[in-house]
Amino acid sequence: MNINMSRVRAISQKEFRDYRRNRFIVVTMAISPVVFVAWTLISLLVIPAAQTSPQLNTQVGLSMLFMLLVPAIIPAGIAAYSVVGEREQGTLEPVLTTPVRSDEFLVGKALAALVPTLAISYAIFGVVLACVALFAHPGVSSAVFRAPLLLALGLFTPLIAAWSIWVGIATSARSRDVRVAQQIATLASLPPVAVAALMAFDVIPQTLGVALGLAAVLVLVDSLGWRAVSAIFDRERLVTRS
Amino acid sequence: MTSTNNSEPALVTHHLTKRFGDRTAVDGLSLSVAKGEVFGFLGPNGAGKTTTVRMLGTLIAPSSGSAMVAGLDLAPANGVEIRQRISIMPESPGLYLRLSVAENLECFAGLYGLADPRPRIQRALEAVNMASRAKDPCGTLSKGLRQRVGLARALLNDPEVVFLDEPTSGLDPVATREVHELIDGLRRQGVTIFLTTHRLEEAERLCDRVAIFSTTLRSVGRPDELRDRLFKKELSVETVAPLAAPEAVFGSIASVESWSAEGGPRYVLSVTDTRSAAPEVARALVRSGADILSIAETRHSLEDVYLELVDEDVEVSRT
Repeated sequence: MNINMSRVRAISQKEFRDYRRNRFIVVTMAISPVVFVAWTLISLLVIPAAQTSPQLNTQVGLSMLFMLLVPAIIPAGIAAYSVVGEREQGTLEPVLTTPVRSDEFLVGKALAALVPTLAISYAIFGVVLACVALFAHPGVSSAVFRAPLLLALGLFTPLIAAWSIWVGIATSARSRDVRVAQQIATLASLPPVAVAALMAFDVIPQTLGVALGLAAVLVLVDSLGWRAVSAIFDRERLVTRS
Repeated sequence: MTSTNNSEPALVTHHLTKRFGDRTAVDGLSLSVAKGEVFGFLGPNGAGKTTTVRMLGTLIAPSSGSAMVAGLDLAPANGVEIRQRISIMPESPGLYLRLSVAENLECFAGLYGLADPRPRIQRALEAVNMASRAKDPCGTLSKGLRQRVGLARALLNDPEVVFLDEPTSGLDPVATREVHELIDGLRRQGVTIFLTTHRLEEAERLCDRVAIFSTTLRSVGRPDELRDRLFKKELSVETVAPLAAPEAVFGSIASVESWSAEGGPRYVLSVTDTRSAAPEVARALVRSGADILSIAETRHSLEDVYLELVDEDVEVSRT
């Protein structure tokens, strides 16, 4: 893959500027993390201390699961707009008349969705972990600060976000309507979170090895997603389809 | 500007064809555009003009045929390099409306990989008289000003060939005149311009040569060449009173091939050459005692040429 980073940067930078000018995007990006942080904190802080360890782990895992909805949902909407939105605005064709390669365009769009997603996701993890350390019952705190759980959160966040982005861009490249693309992309972004849910419910054991194994599977799925998006992005169809 | 051999044409196509399923949008297009030429590509709506530009701009692949664009074969492997050497301004400029004029151009400067974009952006904005509006959001600009920004964007990479697809579509007369002046400016700089339009007065005013196109190439040449090719050279003669013996007057002039009375004291003469025939006709009329009101060359507009070549298709498509 021959990628010119100057062109990738041009695409991403334009997106970041567009976000800053569009209050609706910023507000939408902010609302769901705030809701999820509040929900997670309330559920963690009210867990009774007298629970058995497996019950506590399940309840903590379930609460932390909300954290993984953020990297799934935020980028899906942004990525779903990326191609069909430009088509609707009439800006896609001028961009494609420049030397930008399809891969550069896609990577630029993906980075523009990934960077704010990771920034928001890790920021809210930090807030939640700090609140748990300061205010939660020590038993809850030790259930949260477990290596498999933290590793799962840390590793799964970019991988789930990448899945959502590829699904979103693929939907966007095939869709004729922004709203349809965003709805489909949001739904399609959720399956990887289901894997984390199985861990939360202890259907899949919460061990370091399992977390790493699932992360490897997500890496594979993401790389397949990138290949699929690259194949789906057909300049001719995008330019000529009315 | 990228250097290529000056004797090479800027653009050559050989039997370029594009089919979408059963429908043929462009059929066997063969033409050549010289460097520095302003080339008009005229045709009715749906004639395949935009499809041709998209093929030459490597946005869509031809079904068959070949082409050279800015010295490079029109092939997928050359797509990036061709797009680096040309620029295309689509019918709608497609600006990011929330971004300022300068930010729009910065984005495209990045896409062209320009190392030091600021001076280029400034130069491009000055070329279209938009330097003072650099910080304005594009969404606040009028349609004419947006078109100017689109043109500035098309100049960023110092292109060898600029494709302008209906650049004055939907503009008011003042904005149209401004765009025409900008195209004149580009011509003076030696930029090759491929101008698609269905505005005939625009083509006649701006273009060195024009092609009349409607799925297939109907004719190509300078506007006056096309007129000569399609229409006989004619003189329109008007006298104060009808001539008593017009055949005796006009039949005796060697350069007059035929004549017809148009009613009253008006006559149309088909001649071999208007410049040499007009004085002879004047002398013959004076000799016959006629009082001359006017002798004028019948001017056929590019519109006449266009209608002659294309109107039949339009009529057929409407039935």
